[in-house]
Amino acid sequence: MSVLIIAEHDNQKLNPATLHAVSAAQKLGEVHVLVAGKQAAAVAEEAKQVAGVAKVLLAEAEHYEHGLAEEIAPLVVQLAAAYDHIGATATAAGKNLLPRVAALLDCAQVSDLTEVVDANTFVRPVYAGNAFATVKSNGGKLVLTFRATAFEAAAASGGNATVENVAATSAQNLSRFVGRELTQSDRPELTQARVIVSGGRALANAEQFNSVLTPLADKLGAAIGASRAAVDAGYAPNDYQVGQTGKVVAPELYIAVGISGAIQHIAGMQDSKVIVAINKDPEAPIFNVADYGLVADLFTAVPELVNALNS
Amino acid sequence: MKALVAVKRVVDFNVKVRVKADGSDVDIGNVKMSMNPFDEIAVEEAVRLKEAGKLSEIVAVSFGVKQCEETLRTALAMGADRAIHVETDAKLEPLAVAKLLKALADKEQAQLYLLGKQAIDDDANQTAQMLAALINAPQATFASKVELGADEVQVTREIDGGLETVALKLPAVISTDLRLNEPRYVKLPNIMQAKKKPLEKLSVADLGVNIEPKLVQVSVAEPKARSGGVKVADVAELVAKLKNEAKVI
Repeated sequence: MSVLIIAEHDNQKLNPATLHAVSAAQKLGEVHVLVAGKQAAAVAEEAKQVAGVAKVLLAEAEHYEHGLAEEIAPLVVQLAAAYDHIGATATAAGKNLLPRVAALLDCAQVSDLTEVVDANTFVRPVYAGNAFATVKSNGGKLVLTFRATAFEAAAASGGNATVENVAATSAQNLSRFVGRELTQSDRPELTQARVIVSGGRALANAEQFNSVLTPLADKLGAAIGASRAAVDAGYAPNDYQVGQTGKVVAPELYIAVGISGAIQHIAGMQDSKVIVAINKDPEAPIFNVADYGLVADLFTAVPELVNALNS
Repeated sequence: MKALVAVKRVVDFNVKVRVKADGSDVDIGNVKMSMNPFDEIAVEEAVRLKEAGKLSEIVAVSFGVKQCEETLRTALAMGADRAIHVETDAKLEPLAVAKLLKALADKEQAQLYLLGKQAIDDDANQTAQMLAALINAPQATFASKVELGADEVQVTREIDGGLETVALKLPAVISTDLRLNEPRYVKLPNIMQAKKKPLEKLSVADLGVNIEPKLVQVSVAEPKARSGGVKVADVAELVAKLKNEAKVI
């Protein structure tokens, strides 16, 4: 049986996060991708070239423009009869929409899963990643959200899916989109970055957070992340937060600067390939997960590191 | 206007849980339990809305073992007016909790439903969205700002690239994110007062909800341990290791 993956997009471009769900879903069956939006044909064109996608369903309507869960969920439910599994990447959008779909279908959801064992068995982290539970369904329909960092992204080209138009469901008008304020950044997106430089409370203020971390991030072509403490203190915007309640990342290189390493932070970055910690407290728990630890004052060590990389 | 706030009793966020030796579950036998941090934020928001004259009554609800009463007393001490405890020893999936909440929603007819965005034990992040679906109400997940009007609530949400604002018709379901507010500390006189506030006991059967789980937990494993790292003496050694050993720069 096939799997329906809900595409995340802004009506013009497919969000690369969706590519992770596509590759994960290939372990479950033929992958169909739903693109619901307003004049979103360009997204469908992009989706049909993704390797491993067999069919793209395109549903267009004014009320799908902003991806409101109240509007998209009835559409997914209408299409659900043909699928055993309905999934999306566990991004803010996926987490928002999918449980609404699951409840309307009266089926369970497996959230943020990291491994597909078989069609009914999945592994997912619990307790901030301190344990991994294997869960098995009783065989009914299932809704899934896939942890992006646990699955390689499907190739954006090489596929040749058919695009089928599907009828839109009627507008629910329970909610109204008011506006969106996106953080402007020229850096790589945090969850897709190869290198991440992350700062914590020890940076002491927003100016130093930027003046210390930016040159290093620039040098490495890295995204900038932050611990909850740094975000709460206003050093960095909310969407920089790495951790159990922020973003889960798994770059090749994660450099934690002035981050003590609370359980909740580790939960968001422990799958990074190489972890470097720079902290002046030799007892900081971050050193338990760091491959390379440097006990030093970050205000001297980070500029030194930038210099060393320049030479 | 009435608000219903759902609170969950979970392992305290500072406790690092261990997996049982037989791999059947995590060991939470003797660990400290607390109100889920996101639920504290939900209670706090309700209390602030009441203090601002926008809510008339706050009902705190919880589902689970007898000790959930303590969690509800905390909510009452924070400022909730009354509490409902649906007592059960059964393991509840988010969908079962959403169904129990729907049954209470039918009884209570609240205008606002406040939940935490996720419980820090199962990390599911599902219940609020499921409740919204079951009562056919709009939802605003990951709320960092709530402005309650007479027939609409405007909510700013934390999304991956920044913030998004939506307006919901009432009744509406909101799930709270960390930055919505800073929950208050409970003062001793309030704890004493909370003991006198009404706490209604209901059973799952009273609500006529099927809570049969749809998923079985097969096993629980420790996360893959990272191989022991090394401490480097200085920046030069760090750069050398990253270049030659890890080959990541």
